[in-house]
Amino acid sequence: MRQAWVALAAGFVFALGLGLGGMTQPLKVTGFLDVFGHWDPSLMFVMAGAIAVHMPVVLWQRRRQARGLIAAPEGGCGLPEEGAKLWDARLVGGAAVFGVGWGLGGFCPGPAFVSAGAGTLSALVFVVGMAAAMWAQAWLSRGARAGGPR
Amino acid sequence: MNASWILSLCGGALIGVAASLLLVFGREVAGISGIFAGAISAEPVQGKWRPWFLGGLVLGGTVLWLLRPMSFGADVRSWPYVLLAGALVGVGTRLSGGCTSGHGVCGLSRLSGRSLVATITFITTGVVTVWLLGPKGWP
Repeated sequence: MRQAWVALAAGFVFALGLGLGGMTQPLKVTGFLDVFGHWDPSLMFVMAGAIAVHMPVVLWQRRRQARGLIAAPEGGCGLPEEGAKLWDARLVGGAAVFGVGWGLGGFCPGPAFVSAGAGTLSALVFVVGMAAAMWAQAWLSRGARAGGPR
Repeated sequence: MNASWILSLCGGALIGVAASLLLVFGREVAGISGIFAGAISAEPVQGKWRPWFLGGLVLGGTVLWLLRPMSFGADVRSWPYVLLAGALVGVGTRLSGGCTSGHGVCGLSRLSGRSLVATITFITTGVVTVWLLGPKGWP
């Protein structure tokens, strides 16, 4: 299955980028967020480098989609639809909670998996917390949709 | 900040290459919180590629640890707080539909206004959190 190999390769290269970029060092992450202390702005360049490479590819793909040459990506990662409202409470509230967790642990999801692969036990603890919260969130929202327990 | 920004820029470029690989050849978006949520979801999701991507991340971590162990650093908080941090990230990314990769890299790359709002928000609350708690330890 080709998609599996593509995903494996993409995950592998993604991990190298996160590691070289400094995202797998929690103290560097909190140093980036420590704007009012000893600010280390270098991680800004990780995002800048990623977007500089990815944006032209995305825009090229979008043009090919518009011409009907390729199908739109499956999505499946919960990203908002084009033309949706610019913001709502769920988007801003969720992102705010994510930011608190990021500043607390010094991990976001990608670097946590990469660090777990390097044998960092705290990263595994982080992933366990993330999985438990995602299950709980899915269970609660399923209950709410079904008119079940509130 | 010396030359670490050059390394960060190169690491970022590799992330861009990885996200582009997945988009062009896999027709999927490299939003890692969403990929993980899909991989562990009790409800059926389309495609079996998600665990492979996560496996690639883990494998990349192992290879990096062998070749460049300095890529990894010490913990900034004790485990109970790291567990709490993971839970906050889990809930927050599911509500907002993305994390640093999905909103910050892929969303901004496709000029999504919602991703810009999310990115500004999570960086702001991250800054406030570190301002209140300090970059490491517990006050």
